[in-house]
Amino acid sequence: MTTWEQNPPVKLPNEPAITPQIVAEHGLSPDEYQRVLKIMGREPTMVELGVFSAMWSEHCSYKSSKVWLKKLPTEAPWVIQGPGENAGVIDIGDGQAAIFKMESHNHPSYIEPYQGAATGVGGILRDVFTMGARPIANVNALRFGDPEHPKTRHLVGGVVAGIGGYGNCMGIPTVAGETSFHRAYNENCLVNAMTVGIARADRIFYAAAAGLGNPVVYVGSKTGRDGIHGATMASAEFTEDSESKRPTVQVGDPFVEKLLLEACLELMETDAIVAIQDMGAAGLTSSSFEMADKGGLGLEIALDKVPMRETGMNPYELMLSESQERMLMVLKPGREDEARRIFEKWELDFAVIGRLTDTRRMVLRWYGDVVASIPIPPVVTEAPVYERPWTATPLPPALDAATIAPPKDYADALLQLVGSPDQCSKAWIWRQYDHLIMGNTAIRPGGDAAVVRVPDGNGKALAITSDCTPRYCQAHPETGGRQAVAEAWRNLTAVGATPLACTDNMNFGNPQKPEIMGQFAGCTMGMAEACTTLAFPIVSGNVSLYNETQGRGILPTPVIGGVGVMKDVTRCVDIATREAGLVLVLIGETRGHLGQSIYLRDIQGREDGPPPPVDLTVEKRNGDFVRSQIQAGHVAACHDLSDGGLAIALAEMAMAGGTGLTIAIPEDAGCPVHAYLFGEDQGRYVMAVRPAVADAVLASAAAAKVPATRLGSSGGAALTVEGVLAISVADLRRTHEAWLPAYMEVRS
Amino acid sequence: MKARVHVTLKTGVLDPQGKAIGNALHRLGFPEVGDVRQGKFIELELAETDADRAKSRLDEMCRKLLANTVIENYRIELVS
Amino acid sequence: MKSAVLVFPGTNRETDIAGAIERSAGIKPHMVWHGDSDLPKVDLIVVAGGFSYGDYLRCGAMAAHSPIMREVKARAEKGVPVLAVCNGFQIAAEIGLVPGVLMRNAHLQFVCSDVNLKVESSQSLFTHRYQAGQVIRVPVAHAEGNYFADDDTLKRLEDRGQVAFRYCDSTGDVTAGNPNGSIRNIAGVFNDTKTVLGMMPHPENATEALFGGTDGKPLFDALAAALV
Repeated sequence: MTTWEQNPPVKLPNEPAITPQIVAEHGLSPDEYQRVLKIMGREPTMVELGVFSAMWSEHCSYKSSKVWLKKLPTEAPWVIQGPGENAGVIDIGDGQAAIFKMESHNHPSYIEPYQGAATGVGGILRDVFTMGARPIANVNALRFGDPEHPKTRHLVGGVVAGIGGYGNCMGIPTVAGETSFHRAYNENCLVNAMTVGIARADRIFYAAAAGLGNPVVYVGSKTGRDGIHGATMASAEFTEDSESKRPTVQVGDPFVEKLLLEACLELMETDAIVAIQDMGAAGLTSSSFEMADKGGLGLEIALDKVPMRETGMNPYELMLSESQERMLMVLKPGREDEARRIFEKWELDFAVIGRLTDTRRMVLRWYGDVVASIPIPPVVTEAPVYERPWTATPLPPALDAATIAPPKDYADALLQLVGSPDQCSKAWIWRQYDHLIMGNTAIRPGGDAAVVRVPDGNGKALAITSDCTPRYCQAHPETGGRQAVAEAWRNLTAVGATPLACTDNMNFGNPQKPEIMGQFAGCTMGMAEACTTLAFPIVSGNVSLYNETQGRGILPTPVIGGVGVMKDVTRCVDIATREAGLVLVLIGETRGHLGQSIYLRDIQGREDGPPPPVDLTVEKRNGDFVRSQIQAGHVAACHDLSDGGLAIALAEMAMAGGTGLTIAIPEDAGCPVHAYLFGEDQGRYVMAVRPAVADAVLASAAAAKVPATRLGSSGGAALTVEGVLAISVADLRRTHEAWLPAYMEVRS
Repeated sequence: MKARVHVTLKTGVLDPQGKAIGNALHRLGFPEVGDVRQGKFIELELAETDADRAKSRLDEMCRKLLANTVIENYRIELVS
Repeated sequence: MKSAVLVFPGTNRETDIAGAIERSAGIKPHMVWHGDSDLPKVDLIVVAGGFSYGDYLRCGAMAAHSPIMREVKARAEKGVPVLAVCNGFQIAAEIGLVPGVLMRNAHLQFVCSDVNLKVESSQSLFTHRYQAGQVIRVPVAHAEGNYFADDDTLKRLEDRGQVAFRYCDSTGDVTAGNPNGSIRNIAGVFNDTKTVLGMMPHPENATEALFGGTDGKPLFDALAAALV
């Protein structure tokens, strides 16, 4: 078709020669550049070098993580699409599918918190509606540095406003999330955004291009010079001068994205689309390569046809721009006008910019001249993959709870914990997110998992959560990986849902350091084991590496976004004990594990010991029992036990319901009082059971060999542990709600 | 012809953004800052050569869309 | 009751309010795209919530000056009832369908939360299923809901009973519970014939027991009963 072999691409005016320095600035190692030369058979042009740089960045190629990600289970009978597409897809019954994924926007959010977080939300929304889904819920997992660090307050304010600014304008409720603080994130916050959407199971849209000669269409916003080299930046360690990289951060326009959502869904009602891919990281480069590669075809693009926002843009910038709110589509032949009318109705740009070819090459033209011609398959198949050396983190020696001092005053300790940065109410954050729009939110933020009714879904609902305990992952990555998956599964169970699948957002430090790579390896192995045992496969995900500043790594943070389903939304329960007389039943075995606990860290000032072991068989047995009791209607409220153990769980239940709770520590507790109250043993729940069925529930537990302990009951106005502490619910609430608003009040 | 329109809140209408800016400036060591009012600045290209006609059209634009005269004042400036 | 819900680019609570209307009236409203030439003949026009035109320039400003809003204004002047919620209220205020304006929340943040509202008047198409003085609980979700009007307008509103709802605490104290800085805690106002209601809170998101409660439902029941 073209004569590129005879006529190498023309260079742009003033194009510099490719020097080792330019190669390095594109984030390519000398070895990687040798691969480029071998694939091209000649020196690349700058445009071509830019393409390789983007495609082979850590962000796009998963070159350090691929060998480990392959170990994760990705299949189950209900999985329609696992990792590799824009998002994962699962069957939720009634001919409907849930489509979801979590993605990080850590580095952009650190540089420009509002826009970084906003475009993170925009990007994940596009990943989901690209596949034909209407988004129904957003979730955010945020990790910030020490509250006392001078930048933290500014980051919290900007990130929260950015998430709200984008999600609220789009009209998608933000229903769940988590926020915590640790000095390890001082100069590298984590912003992980997840979107869940609903589509017809027989109307899922994929990225694989098909149909020789079919038109390739660009829709959405115009292309500007936003975020050029954003994908490369997201894979490079931060240094002091990263603050000067501000111009490379993209700016989001949620209004245009809302129009793009409606226009795409309207066009998807027709059968005009062959393939569709959003332009996310590495923009036009990665979207065009992915479409062509998945379809086994070639692509010829006239870059001068791309709608441009600024004058004087060149092909290099057009290929690498990360302007937001753009999509690439392959249409059936002759359907261009029909599609154009829909996009014009929504006041969006629409341009036919290319055609599919059979050359398996990416040929880029600029006013007729070929400026790049790259064979597509080797860019993907011969992309570097590294089996980086790694060292395992050994399991720290056990800590005997008896050697850890009890608090001077139990009530003071509990108040200190409920009012601490990590355990305090995050209402200041989620009140800035519209969590009610669409009218389907049955369980609001602040509990174990959010529950959202599925539109036109015969009364069924999805439960959604995000979880990770980074300090466990740091202490022993394999246990931490296992625990993150187990806790997500447990949170879905605690509202009465059946966990179906999850998405993972792997946030780690520099993989070229063996101990960091060992954290990645360990977490992945732990996650794989938990996902397999709990039948909770990973269907989508994202990896963010080089989360370090000046050599200090973040805590390893593999965030798990879990999704479960329940047939009848009216059966869901939250954590609030709203009435008196409910019987409190503790499910699971309490050994009083204080290693890596919140009690040890925040009351005793020590971050050591092993994380609590996770027995996945026990986890499953206990969870299946709890779910059966909730679905049978025996349970009025339920809460899983995690950070801060039993004491925090009870306090949260009492505060949410506005009713007191009274318990007695069993005489045969088998561990010291402070370990019983604050220990973080896994696989545990507190159920508030309706009194008439309490004996029957305990009998069923015994029959199922599930440890169940009658702790006490609800009633009164105080949380009381007999002989240990008594705090009024009003005092608990006041303390719980005080810290974050007071902290943010001092605006910087 | 190019025109600039400045839109500001009327005196007496609370301007929380302006107040927040003022407080921030005080904290940053600018105690001399008194009242702060934040406004909008809109630059328009006009296919019009007659200054009077341009002004009257701009006045209409301000009243119809660019400013809400219940709470906002506007000022028109013609450039070149 | 035949109704029409207006949809502008950026409107995003249209399905919420359409659902609430259908639950009370048993008939789905017409969804009317702003660019469509004809507004159907209906008993009720609804201007729904969202971020019309991205709330750029000023919330509601650009939608307010669209051709379809001229038609809405003409119909309203002939007495066709109009319910304008949240961004709809901002639009309605911009074109003077109801008095006053909505400014940026005093704390400068978006706020999504249940609030208590005191029903100031049960003498209207919209509120006759409530008792005057009743406290109801419905959510707000906005960044610019800080109601403002000059003293003369406020006096006129109060004298003529045009304040529909005020923010309050759970006991009905209207000097407390103000989520956005609104003057005199005003959450919703009528036009002078009480055929147009503009309000910031979302009664449509409080019409099902499991999804925010049912305190907003009497408003839609009232319309369905009055506009048969």
